[in-house]
Amino acid sequence: MAVKKEKYPMPEQDPKKRINNFDEVPLGYGEETAIAEAKRCLQCKNSPCMEGCPVNIDIPNFIKEIAKGDFDKGVEILKNKTNLPAVCGRVCPYEEQCEGKCTLLKIGEPVGIGRLERFLADYARKKGEKVPKETNSTGKKVAVVGSGPAGLTCAGDLAKMGYDVVVLEAFHAPGGVLMYGIPEFRLPKEIVKSEVEYIEKLGVEICYDVIVGKTIDVKELLDEYDAVFIGTGAGLPRFLNIPGENLAGIYSANEFLTRVNMMKAYKFPNYDTPIEIGKKVATFGAGNVAMDCARTALRLGAEKSYIIYRRSEKEMPARNEEIEHAKEEGIIFKLLTNPKRFISDDNGSVKQFECVEMKLGEPDESGRRRPLPIEDSEFKIDIDIALIAIGQNPNPLIPKTVDSLELGKLGNIKVDEKGETNIPGLFAGGDIATGAATVILSMGAGKRAAKAIDNYLSEE
Amino acid sequence: MYKILEKRALSDNVKFMNIKAPLVAKKAKPGQFIILRIDETGERIPLTIADYDRKNGSITIIFMEVGKTTKQLGAMSEGESILNFAGPLGIPSEIKKYGTVVCIGGGVGIAPLYPIVRALKNAGNRVISILGAKSTDLLMLEDEIQKYSDSLLIATDDGSKGRKGFVSDVLQNIIDEGTELDIAWVIGPVIMMKVVSDLTCKYDLKTIVSLNPIMVDGTGMCGGCRVTVGDETKFACVDGPEFDGHKVDFKNLMLRNRRFVKEEKHACKLAGVDV
Repeated sequence: MAVKKEKYPMPEQDPKKRINNFDEVPLGYGEETAIAEAKRCLQCKNSPCMEGCPVNIDIPNFIKEIAKGDFDKGVEILKNKTNLPAVCGRVCPYEEQCEGKCTLLKIGEPVGIGRLERFLADYARKKGEKVPKETNSTGKKVAVVGSGPAGLTCAGDLAKMGYDVVVLEAFHAPGGVLMYGIPEFRLPKEIVKSEVEYIEKLGVEICYDVIVGKTIDVKELLDEYDAVFIGTGAGLPRFLNIPGENLAGIYSANEFLTRVNMMKAYKFPNYDTPIEIGKKVATFGAGNVAMDCARTALRLGAEKSYIIYRRSEKEMPARNEEIEHAKEEGIIFKLLTNPKRFISDDNGSVKQFECVEMKLGEPDESGRRRPLPIEDSEFKIDIDIALIAIGQNPNPLIPKTVDSLELGKLGNIKVDEKGETNIPGLFAGGDIATGAATVILSMGAGKRAAKAIDNYLSEE
Repeated sequence: MYKILEKRALSDNVKFMNIKAPLVAKKAKPGQFIILRIDETGERIPLTIADYDRKNGSITIIFMEVGKTTKQLGAMSEGESILNFAGPLGIPSEIKKYGTVVCIGGGVGIAPLYPIVRALKNAGNRVISILGAKSTDLLMLEDEIQKYSDSLLIATDDGSKGRKGFVSDVLQNIIDEGTELDIAWVIGPVIMMKVVSDLTCKYDLKTIVSLNPIMVDGTGMCGGCRVTVGDETKFACVDGPEFDGHKVDFKNLMLRNRRFVKEEKHACKLAGVDV
């Protein structure tokens, strides 16, 4: 029987409806569709898909179990490698990873590996998670700083190996960027919570309101624990550095998304944290975070939500799926447009920005064609709110407070390929080490560090 | 959970609370602040630390009820608990021997000034304190600050205590009298910090102000608290909260602090509280 060339489609909320709610956009496969999609897999002997996976999931085998209808076995195989499958099954850039290596690409679309992962994770969550058997305690203690994807993965893996793990979180809630950054309609917070609960069931303790570097120092942690892992992420927002950027009404993506996602400003006044939105919102940048901002603004009631980007569509760093969803929802893309300054109303709030049209020149050091301003092409766009989503740098709080810790150019913590810093017993991974990247790469780093910590503590 | 060990009303809308938070108390220093969230639906608000007791493991906060959250907090009783209480945040005041220091506090800003006055005195400085309030019943911590000051001067708007007028009038007076000052610390309403900074600028007197802009996380992550200082943008939460008063763009700060006035009024109305 010939293999179907396209993925089985996943049902989605209608764009016209979904811009009025914060519910999840893709609705997930049902059992029948999942089995049918799983049967598209050729079960290649060399498993090219696995090479594309930063956490080395045994992809062909979990797909084989779905095809057989043995979902429990599939879950077991999946959870063997990832502690956060419901998250990965939603926000991983599969097209560049597992699906990007799929043999079926030669004849059409790859197997919907991401969709199948999501299917299994959701199946397991609805059914009630099984907790792995308790392992023998090593009697050793590890502190993990930050409860984002890197920290949670590292903590979960270490707990499975028999370590006593304490996660120290600065916020009042777990998950890091999964909770404050990625919107509800892309990653429901209930799902993050239940993935975190699974990690707690593995024996991990999470302490909130602990700001390492302020409430307690890394040095104190190194005295108290046998090893320490730092996964504090890329929390420092970048700004455009153009005139007028500190006017009221101009937010970093972090502030805007934290207010809406973590503090639930979209439920104001039932929740106390406010957000102002106005009618016209401009988001600067074209990555996944920018798409999240522009789409969130629509859901909060903006009539016009712009993406302002100085390069062209081809260079936009966001995933295709995110760009498509944004287009379907009516986001206005102003490409080859570079902001020059923000203009204030009489009350010190932003009312306009001036920008200039750009054209693409020769490739720059990033390999992308360099945008160049077109002379005398300045124009103004009226806005009520501006959101700056042009990236984040590593959070400086810890790098600044640890003497003799080796840092990289961006202020990131320098680590070797295993995740070890220059200070014995101190490990780091995720965006704090690499600069802003993806959830799955952070998870991969957390995983490698857990292994390295185990080696380090076993050798002692 | 963080238990309220002690609560007092210092005036109608200013409350004193001593809160059990051993980890914060262990590290707290003058000039730093905390962020609290009362309950599951609450917002995160920053409050400057008014005092700390390492032995008892507690932090003192003194706050004015100005919005929904501070009203709700002010209505809580001893024995009740707050859901989240994180800190100490910000860079501590630079305490050392300067010589003669003038410490100026206005309204509820007197509270965070107190540990700074005490530390400056203990560091061997001659401390002149100037406290200002609308009227005598709104004046706080007078005895405590007196204890660590070589002289204490008071200004009230209505003249019910000390000089009738503003703290800046009192400062002008002592400058006119020829008092040699080495540095000024000013904490109070933004407009007061601006007026005093404008005055000390004329005399080239280094002036430290403590800013309390709108914040969310308090760890440098959101940039909501950004302030313009000289030609630079600074985050009050991690670069401050203290800055050189001669460089702060107070006008920008006042405008940014009014960002959610409409929403705040709406929340207060729904909660049935007056502000």
